Amino acid sequence: MSEVASNHYLEGLLKTYSQHSSDVTPWLSQMRNEAVDRVGELKIPTKRDEEWRFTDISSLTDIPFQTAQTIPQLQPADIKHHYIQEAATRLVFVDGHYASALSTINNDSGIIAGNLSMLLPSYSAKIAPHLGQHVSYGDNIFAALNTAFLHDGVVIIVPQNISVSSPIQLLFIATQKEVTSHPRCLIIAEPGSNVTVVEDYIAGQEVAYVTNAVTEISVADNAHVNHIRLQRDSNQAFHIANCTATLAHASNFQSINVALGARISRLNLNVQLASEGAECAVNGLALIKKRQLADTHTFIDHIKPHGTSRQLHKCIVDGAAHAVFNGKIMVQPNAQQTDSSQTSRNLLLTGQAQVNTKPQLEIFADDVKCAHGATVGQLDPEEIFYLKSRGLSEQAARNLLTYAFGAEIIERIPVISLKNQLEQAVLEYTQSTES
Amino acid sequence: MITNNSKPLLEVQGLHASVNGVAILKGIDLTINYGEIHAIMGINGSGKSTLAKILAGHSAYQVTAGNVIFDGKDLLALAPEERARSGVFLAFQYPIEIPGVANNQFLRLAYNTVQTQRGKDELDPLEFDDYVREKMKLLEMNPDFLDRSVNEGFSGGEKKRNEILQMALLEPRLNILDETDSGLDIDALRIVANGVNQLTNKDNATILVTHYQRLLNYIVPDYVHVMNSGRIIKTGGKELALELETRGYDWIGAEENIPEGAAL
Repeated sequence: MSEVASNHYLEGLLKTYSQHSSDVTPWLSQMRNEAVDRVGELKIPTKRDEEWRFTDISSLTDIPFQTAQTIPQLQPADIKHHYIQEAATRLVFVDGHYASALSTINNDSGIIAGNLSMLLPSYSAKIAPHLGQHVSYGDNIFAALNTAFLHDGVVIIVPQNISVSSPIQLLFIATQKEVTSHPRCLIIAEPGSNVTVVEDYIAGQEVAYVTNAVTEISVADNAHVNHIRLQRDSNQAFHIANCTATLAHASNFQSINVALGARISRLNLNVQLASEGAECAVNGLALIKKRQLADTHTFIDHIKPHGTSRQLHKCIVDGAAHAVFNGKIMVQPNAQQTDSSQTSRNLLLTGQAQVNTKPQLEIFADDVKCAHGATVGQLDPEEIFYLKSRGLSEQAARNLLTYAFGAEIIERIPVISLKNQLEQAVLEYTQSTES
Repeated sequence: MITNNSKPLLEVQGLHASVNGVAILKGIDLTINYGEIHAIMGINGSGKSTLAKILAGHSAYQVTAGNVIFDGKDLLALAPEERARSGVFLAFQYPIEIPGVANNQFLRLAYNTVQTQRGKDELDPLEFDDYVREKMKLLEMNPDFLDRSVNEGFSGGEKKRNEILQMALLEPRLNILDETDSGLDIDALRIVANGVNQLTNKDNATILVTHYQRLLNYIVPDYVHVMNSGRIIKTGGKELALELETRGYDWIGAEENIPEGAAL
């Protein structure tokens, strides 16, 4: 893609940018203005950029994806099947706009949840230290674009020592073709709190659109956050996401990322173990086929001592699909007693399926325990034979093993109905494989 | 158990097989009647496990000559899953671990696949749960094994019990136990052997592939065959196993006067 095309695309996008005077808070409008400036200076990355060498997103600029001008009036009946039954609080966004009629907010547990423009007047002091502070937009064009268009979004504040027993569902539905939405989520878990959040991206119809999401998560001292991110966008869509979690002292962050949809998807997930004794588990599953591309870049940064990180990333690649995994683990000079392990496992179901996996371990401390490894392979003939010797057909054996490969991640989802739903999705995927 | 009126369940005739062009079986003849238990013994590399895998249909081995007739049908013409459905069962020496698939899910799938083939009704998860728990008592297995992934993190003994549990569920006609005694402590061996003894009857037959005589104290064979270099070089009754235990394997080759490196 030429620079001219890139700049033309970005200018086109910014034309739809407008000041919403009603919700302007000085610090927020200043942030937006800075982001607009950064958009003017940055370019859409190409395969010449190291961070994008396997993922060609030049086709993104072929269509001038604008933000939605009109929003369809969805009825609860239209989207009810996407509801997670255990969720007491559900925030729904349609084409990037908050749909209050479809949303349910339950404050019984003591949480503060809602959309940014509603909560900003009362909670500016809690929001300002975090919004735009975890995902930096200075050198990231997509985060800058999201921030430039930041007028609304999700805010969840879990006050000190509050445990929310039921999960919170954030549902982002795309219904229109050739539209860009910029979903934004801010999750603030105050000291000693505990919360489970499901961020769920859904296609209203099988058309081409762009989702450009940013999620920021602050996990304070001794807090515990389960974050499940589910990308089931249209198979023609582009999905770009930047997510950062910052972990304070003795906090715990459990992350599960599942990519099923999109023509091209890219997730940048950063976990900063910014204080002593922080723990994280980062699990990923990409389940793709045909000509899909799913790219996951993770960065787990051990900044302080006694941190623990566990990462398992799996890709199941069918058809002529292409999975990319780049997992960097950094152990900073004073992050002694770090305990880290990373595994990338990849299953290729056809001869055309492709995976690029790159585990990266950078250790600058001397008293650490770190392990990492990657495997790329096909189904094991001995496993297939075992199942066939029990009466299963070749196809049933292959399906079961493929399912099992994915189920290892799905099983870790702490929300039962979602787990069941995804197990079903994996089952349907395996039954439609081209192999 | 040898009965006078029993008919052949398995007839192996002049079976030759190779893997990657290397001959492993060099002419096996073996007839097994309904109701019988046959032990196949031999040193490592004698071909006894290969025979077990070939009977189950492992694709790594090429049959280069000979026939295998199972209940009047050409067994070698059947795919592994067809053999399983028509009643051949191999208890693996090294059962495969399948993380991500719950044992009960796997057992029910296998059970229902085989039942359907036999024209019987499938069991739903609740019905199957009752059924499998009953069978597990036979092997003194903790019901927790149903919820764990197939063989994942099982000890050697637990894996072998899980194999015999599958045998109990699938009710095969030909049970092939490949080194089922390996890696078992004495208690586990007793439990597994008990389970097998309760499953053998006049309507099935059993092949015990084993290295040691120990298993045969618990499961008493009608015949003992000794394999060497891809052939059965001696056949006898259960007392042959005891003789092997005291004298080792070397004397047989000398007695039978098999020339070193004899080719066929």
